[in-house]
Amino acid sequence: MAKKIKLSELGSLFNDMDVESLEGVTIEGEIELEMDTGGGLDPQLAYMLGHETAQISRHLINISRLLGYPVDQLFGSMAQAAVPGVIRPGQLLSSKFEVNKIEEWKNPIQEVTLGATSSDGGTRTSTITLGGENALPYYFDSPMPHHNHITMDVFDMPIGMAKAVKVNYEDVIESPAEWAKKVVNDYGADMVTIHLISTDPGIKDTSPREAAETVADVLQAVDVPIVIGGSGNPEKDPEVLEKAAEVAEGERVLLASASLNLDYERIAKAANDYGHVVLSWTQLEINAQKELNRKLMKQCNVKREDIVMDPTTAALGYGLDYAYTNMERIRLAGLIGDEELSFPMSSGTTNAWGAREAWMVGSPLKEDSDWGPREYRGPIWEIVTGLTLSLAGNDLFMMMHPGSVAVLKEITQSLQGSLERNAVDISDWVTAEV
Amino acid sequence: MKVNSPLEVYKFLPQTNCGDCGEATCMAFASHMIDRSLKLEDCPPLLEDKFKKKYLKLAELLAPEIREVIVGTGEHTVSVGGDDILYRHQLTFFNQPALAVDVWDTMSEDELVERIKFINEYKKFYVGRFLKLDMVAIRSTSGDPDKFKQAVTSVAGNTELPLILCSLDPKVLKAGLEVVADRKPLLYAATKDNWQDVADLVVEYNVPLVLFSPDDLDTLKSLAATFLEMGRDDLVLDPGTNPQGKSLRESFENFLMIRRAGIKEGQHEIAFPLLAVPMTAYLANDDPVSASYWETVLASVFTVRYGDIMILHSIEPYALLPELHIRDTIYTDPRTPVKVDPKVYEVGSPDKDSPVFVTTNFALTYYTVESDLASNGIDCYLLATDTDGLGVEAAVAGGQMTGQKVSDEFKRVGFDFGEMTGHNTVILPGLAARLQGDMEDASGLKVKIGPPDSGRIPGWMEKNWPPE
Repeated sequence: MAKKIKLSELGSLFNDMDVESLEGVTIEGEIELEMDTGGGLDPQLAYMLGHETAQISRHLINISRLLGYPVDQLFGSMAQAAVPGVIRPGQLLSSKFEVNKIEEWKNPIQEVTLGATSSDGGTRTSTITLGGENALPYYFDSPMPHHNHITMDVFDMPIGMAKAVKVNYEDVIESPAEWAKKVVNDYGADMVTIHLISTDPGIKDTSPREAAETVADVLQAVDVPIVIGGSGNPEKDPEVLEKAAEVAEGERVLLASASLNLDYERIAKAANDYGHVVLSWTQLEINAQKELNRKLMKQCNVKREDIVMDPTTAALGYGLDYAYTNMERIRLAGLIGDEELSFPMSSGTTNAWGAREAWMVGSPLKEDSDWGPREYRGPIWEIVTGLTLSLAGNDLFMMMHPGSVAVLKEITQSLQGSLERNAVDISDWVTAEV
Repeated sequence: MKVNSPLEVYKFLPQTNCGDCGEATCMAFASHMIDRSLKLEDCPPLLEDKFKKKYLKLAELLAPEIREVIVGTGEHTVSVGGDDILYRHQLTFFNQPALAVDVWDTMSEDELVERIKFINEYKKFYVGRFLKLDMVAIRSTSGDPDKFKQAVTSVAGNTELPLILCSLDPKVLKAGLEVVADRKPLLYAATKDNWQDVADLVVEYNVPLVLFSPDDLDTLKSLAATFLEMGRDDLVLDPGTNPQGKSLRESFENFLMIRRAGIKEGQHEIAFPLLAVPMTAYLANDDPVSASYWETVLASVFTVRYGDIMILHSIEPYALLPELHIRDTIYTDPRTPVKVDPKVYEVGSPDKDSPVFVTTNFALTYYTVESDLASNGIDCYLLATDTDGLGVEAAVAGGQMTGQKVSDEFKRVGFDFGEMTGHNTVILPGLAARLQGDMEDASGLKVKIGPPDSGRIPGWMEKNWPPE
């Protein structure tokens, strides 16, 4: 219950506390102060702590200011000088931190398993599962059931690569099978993506049959699940992916990709006929992603557990803001119940190497500060691009540089809470000699 | 903010539609309050005495959930905090995180001056402006007030950037404040052990303060409540940045929880800007490249999730470039498409035989095409047609890019094909192929159609250039 006193009564209030006068305070006119006697602003406590008379008066002024009284006009310069006299409590106010979980996140993201072992009609020795989240990645609301996975790129012909990437693959660049072995055995890839880029009529126009042989070679060379990518040519990809799906029958590969600008029905049918998963690829547009997913499910009868989305990855500095927000919106929509968007996501993180900061020797602009050695710039560009999208909800990363793969695994698994590392005392970081 | 519709704001406005704010109506002004694209002070009548009560009420209703804290004075300030949302698509994040690079008081004077000069001058061009570093964090590694004072004096003499004074010893902090209090530095930090002495300092010198409570949010909140009680609300919170393993996850969770409490649950006592210390990466990594990489990784994580100030140690370009870019990525306003100036750009050193390409002024499209051309060593002219920031496909579909429009753009910017080229040929993007006839009629030029993806321009050039 608030107690009302008049300023003129302040003197008597202070009497009990051995305070005789409020020095330097002139009060004109009549104002009333309202004090909550049960609150923490207890002048007596302040007095007990040894504060000076004037400080108590300033304290009261501060209270009255908080209560909206025009003390600044009334007290003139006195109130201005009040700042240094703020009362410091004798001990920390006790407070407990609590925060609620997000109730709206009720809809789990679809779980999708890639790869099939012999018991499921395939020849892989392991499978990986994406999705299953009940919250944004690494949030405390709900643990992530599966960690992020990385599939490393293999191409069916030698291609132009940034120097920092190329040095890792020079010995295997002519052989997709050897290349696939290297990324799995040496670089810890969870999966392999075989890109059939030579099938593009503008490149080599490799026949679907020949391309399928390459796929068979890769399946033979490694026992992890694989992704099969076309050349990106919308006319040629359907027949290439059909043949590839056929040769990989039963392996539950990820077929990349169905999109709105090609005959997605053929891709979907190939996946359904031969037991694979479809990558549903749209370009930075959440409504197009909904549309394509809907068409895959309703028109092409693709089952929910056979869909992964690629909402497009743009590199850091080259549209990552769009890619990030698009993915975050998709994931948030999925979690609150949009069943056309609640699928795991895949990122073409390799796109980061398209950024000139990743591969150019130096800045083309003389005004820029030194860009430093590109050997270090490229991998971190790929890492930050992937990491940012992992925070938006991306599950599967298509990557190229072995160093980037190692660091991305380390940070995503740290954030997931599954990595044991020595505890470091950070309480005295300020004095660290580094 | 406590309101979410223009109507709620309109109630408190003068409702005269005087137009002094530049908007036609008070309702239009009200909607700018909700999306934070104008300030309350942009309404002159509201600042008159008779509206004072309404002004104060509105100021209270519109105050961002996370307090805005200002470090520095005059032209050399950094504002941090001030956010109202948890995800950038909901509005936009305000006040991009301040990147503070450290110096320390056991450096030699020469090293210190050189490092400060580097921090002052570091810049990276991006979409029409330079990305730069914002602050200098001065750490007392000596623990000696005199040494700290000397370092602070030297830093202050060599940079205008806002400062962070870092020590957990109040005597050391006081020595620094004696030199630069008038520049309103950020004081780092009050802890559960030193808070009383530090409280006396912030009161005496009136400077913003960081509260540091590693891995203990109850204590952090207690500290914040206690300083609020003292009337200090220019606070920044550091819940600790653990560099690795499970404790890193806990730090990440702490940032999430504090920001959710502040924005979603309106927990006033904890609604302050957050400070992250990615440089703890150096406590966990001996190898300097690994440490620098990991610091960049931590800075990226906490830029995406709610850090408002980053204290960094590495000045390697491979750390700073991604840090500057990820900050820009997350804090770019998603409501406005990023545009470049609509004009003809020169890529490389074009001459009369060089091709003339057309694209749009959507920054992402423009920079993609431009970098595809530049990185392949293609000397050419490139028109960024004013499509109001739309990409090619959308602009063609929506009529922002027509044959007439492109033709007019060349005229508007004074690009004369007869004078600049010997071929009188223009190349439209593949996605604008249907404009070919229009463009020929409107411009009288020869019009060729390029590939739909600028990445394929080099191959296209081999077959199609020079024109027959």
